Formats: sequence, structure tokens, C-alpha cells
Amino acid sequence: MPAIHVRGLRKSYGAHEAVRGIDLDVEEGEVFGLLGPNGAGKTTTVEILEGYRQRSAGEVSVLGHDPAHAERDLKEQIGVVLQETGVERYLTVAEVVDLYRGYYRKSRPVDELLALTGLEGQRDQRVKTLSGGQRRRLDLALALAGDPQLLFLDEPTTGFDPSARRGAWDVIKGLRELGKTVLLTTHYMDEAQVLADRVAVMVGGVIVAEGPPDDLARGDAATEIHLTLPSGAGADTLPDLPAAARITVEGESVLVTVADPTQAVNILTGWALGRGLSLPDLTVTRPRLEDVYLELTKEATPGE
Amino acid sequence: MSDLAIAARQVKYEQKAFWRNPAAAVFTFAFPLLFLFVFASLNSGGKLDNRGGISFVTFFVPGIVAFGVISACYTNIAMRMAIGRDLRILKRIRGTPVPSWAYLAGQIGSSIVTTLELVTIVITAGVLVYDVDFRWDTVGGLVATLALGAACFCALGLAISGLCPNGDAAPAIVNFSIFPLIFVSGIFFPIDDAPSWLTSLAKLFPIQHLADGLQYAFDPRTAAPGVNGGDLAVLGAWTVIGAILALRLFKWENER
Repeated sequence: MPAIHVRGLRKSYGAHEAVRGIDLDVEEGEVFGLLGPNGAGKTTTVEILEGYRQRSAGEVSVLGHDPAHAERDLKEQIGVVLQETGVERYLTVAEVVDLYRGYYRKSRPVDELLALTGLEGQRDQRVKTLSGGQRRRLDLALALAGDPQLLFLDEPTTGFDPSARRGAWDVIKGLRELGKTVLLTTHYMDEAQVLADRVAVMVGGVIVAEGPPDDLARGDAATEIHLTLPSGAGADTLPDLPAAARITVEGESVLVTVADPTQAVNILTGWALGRGLSLPDLTVTRPRLEDVYLELTKEATPGE
Repeated sequence: MSDLAIAARQVKYEQKAFWRNPAAAVFTFAFPLLFLFVFASLNSGGKLDNRGGISFVTFFVPGIVAFGVISACYTNIAMRMAIGRDLRILKRIRGTPVPSWAYLAGQIGSSIVTTLELVTIVITAGVLVYDVDFRWDTVGGLVATLALGAACFCALGLAISGLCPNGDAAPAIVNFSIFPLIFVSGIFFPIDDAPSWLTSLAKLFPIQHLADGLQYAFDPRTAAPGVNGGDLAVLGAWTVIGAILALRLFKWENER
């Protein structure tokens, strides 16, 4: 039994259909990334799973419950980090965490929650004095207060500086080690690639691709080899490359696209060494999830 | 933890937060005390002839107590809920297993604690500074009116918060909904000589009856236990109306 099971989920707001029939399975202990541009229907989907919104059609099961019934038993087992939610600003971090612990039948101790989210140093600080990143970690501490099996993280690092993001990633990796199931929405591809076991890309209310990030990234996209022609060597002097390679020359800049770069790189460096040339900026780039994502979201939204 | 214990913890933390928020604490406490000192000083030594010659402060202190109940319950709860919705605190609460009633009971409980503190300060100031005669034999009427008044105005406060589209609009909506009625309900000055249509209008609403029930308990002419059944009946009816309105109007999230 998967932790989250969704079939044919639809949600309309008046004439606008925000979610247009999606299927989703998130296994227990998995970190699942839901990707997509703003307005793709990610938050609507997640809020239906959390019980905040009622679906228009489809089948939804979260830990064996229908979230539309807003059962207390389900809420005891899930933790929710929403986009932009406040807490009592005049309480201290430890007080807020203690208050929220009290809402659950079974809960983690305050100190443990603060250690998990790296907030020990802010223990007695009032919430209103926290930085944006610290506040987001407090959101996570509150979501973990009831020691949930399943966590929903809606864009947990939006607005973070790079070091705060890495800190948050470490916390989320820690959740995986605790055996938690995590459904994460994000529009940062690197975040999904680092954190998620599997991702689904959502565009215009439908899922357009799904799978482990590395598999998605592999896909049909090829590895790219970049180099700048050394002075004295024209494009016409370039050696013959395997038939599968595609060569694009723009001025001095050469781009070779090929599925397996091993042979092509060998031929190119052999050519340069044979002529006593150097290729100081030779780079070999693996396709990243981001490229695949941009490709997918471009195809699926022809109007934009 | 039982749901009742959850509500009690909510009261504890709401009170902590309330006293650390200077604006909320100062406005809730400073206004009634300021009105007490200004009006009592303006009318010092005054007597109310058409009320059997009782001193002005004997009329006025229970009026300020009524005003305190309204600020600590109605205004306070309505603002808190409107702001809590804006900051999406209420949305976060909805994501936890806490039952709605336990969370709201915590809010009401905290308002009642604030009311008791405020009422104690106002009455103590009246007794010590203005020589108001505190009657122990009518405490029953005082407590019954306070209890029903607090319940009534907490319910109405929850209801009006649902009519505030956002936290910025809340002060205007909440104050406009209550101040005109406060002025015609005989809290700051007697309305015995006001036109009869105005007094009849005021009598339809709960503020006049809250003030009157409290004034009745303070009035030296009242017999023990000082319970004014008519006032309590109207307050009780408005408590029911307030609860029904609150159930219909209260919102956990702003409209999108």
C-alpha cells in the first residue's frame, strides 16, 4: 500500500480546471518531488492531499485515509509545511514548538525537534526576531512536532540564500534517514535532483513526466562537449567524429552533442595534441534535470 | 493530552503572547482605565437625580466594566482571528489534529482571563480612587452578568471576524460595528433622557443589557442577590445568536 495513492484527480475553480486528471503513487519512505512552474497545479494538488481543499473528481488515499474527510487520525500522522504560514510572533521558538507538540497524541521532545532543524541556538528567541531561513526551519520543526510518518513540504526553500538552502537540504536528507515519506514541491531543479528519489513534472494541471531524476535527465538528451577553436585552427580542420555526434560551430565556439562522449573526447584531444594545440576550455556537460525540465515545460505550454 | 488540556495550554500560551505584545496589552487595558479617569474626573462629586441620587461613579464604574468586557472579548478576539487568518496561523492550526472547538475554546478562555484581570483592576480603582461602594451581597448578579456578557461578546467577536476580509480592514469594521452602539447604550453617560426610539433601539442589542445588569449589581438600591433576569435573558439570547452567527461566518482562511 503506497503512502499516497492518486487516480484521475481533478480540481476546478469555476470554469478554470487547475488539476486535470493526474495519477500519483508515493511509496513509504520515499522522497517524492513534484516539479512544475508557478500555476501548474502543484499547490492545489498538495492542498487536496493535505485536506485543505476538496477535489472535484478522482480517487485519493493518504496513509489509507481519504483526506477530504479531515479525520483527526490522519492529521495525527502527517506534517504540513505550507507556503508562507505564520506563528504567534511573541512566543519563543521553544514555546511555539511546545504549544504545537501539545496538539498531537504522540510527539517528539522539544529539544529533539530543535536539534533536528538546527534551531538550538534560537531556543529562547522570539519568533518575530528570526531570519527568513530560521522561520522556515521553525515551520519544519512544527510540522515534525507530532512525529509524522508523512511530510508535505511546499516549496520549503523558496527565498533562501544558497547556504541556507544547503542547510535545509541536510535537514530533509535527515528525514529520509528517519524513514519518513516526503512529498516535496519545488521549482528548483537542483533541489529535486539532490533530494528526491523520484520526481513528477507537472505542467498545466497534468503530469508530463515521471521517474527518478537521473533517469529523467538521461532520457534522449545527449552529453554536450564545448570547446573554443585555438587560434590558427579553423573549423574545417576539425577531425571526423562518430556519425552519431552533431557538431555546431558558431564563430570560434564549437558544440558537440553526442550520447556517449568517450570516443569523441578522445578524437578531439588527439587532434589537438597532434597539432600542438591546447583546448583550455574543453568541457563535457552531462544533461541536467533542469534542461529536461525546461524542454518539458516548453513543449507542454506552447502558448508561453 | 485530553482536548480540554489542549484548550488550557492554548489559554496559557495566548496569555503569554498577549502580555508580550505591547500594543494589544496597552490598548485593551489603557482605554478603559483612561475613560474611567477622564469621565470620573469630569463628573467628580456628581449625583444622578433620576437614579435616586446615586453618585456618578457608582453608575460609571460598572459601565467601564462593561466596556472592558467588550474590548477584551469582542474587539480582542475579532482582531486576533482576523490577523491570525492574514498571517495564516489559522491555516496552520487546521493542518494539525487539534479540534476546532478546543482551539477556539483556548481563544475564548484567554479573553475571559483578560476580562477578569481588567474587571478586577477597574473595580479596584473605582473602590480605592473614587470611593465606589463594592457590594458583596450582589456579587451573584455581578458574576452572572459578567459570565454571560463574556460568552456573548466572544461569540459575537468570532462572528464579526468572519466579516473582515483581511486584517487591515479589521480595526475599522470591528470598531464601527460596536462604537455607535456603545454610545447609545448608556455606558459612558446615562441615556435616561434620550429620545425613546433611541433607548428602545439600544435595548434590542446586548450592550445596554450588559451595562444595565452590572449597574444593577452596583446600585445601592438593589436587593441581594442583584440578579437582573431581564438583562440576563437578553444576553443569553444574544449568546445563542452570536454562536449561530459564529458557526456560519467564522473562516479559517481568507478568500483567495
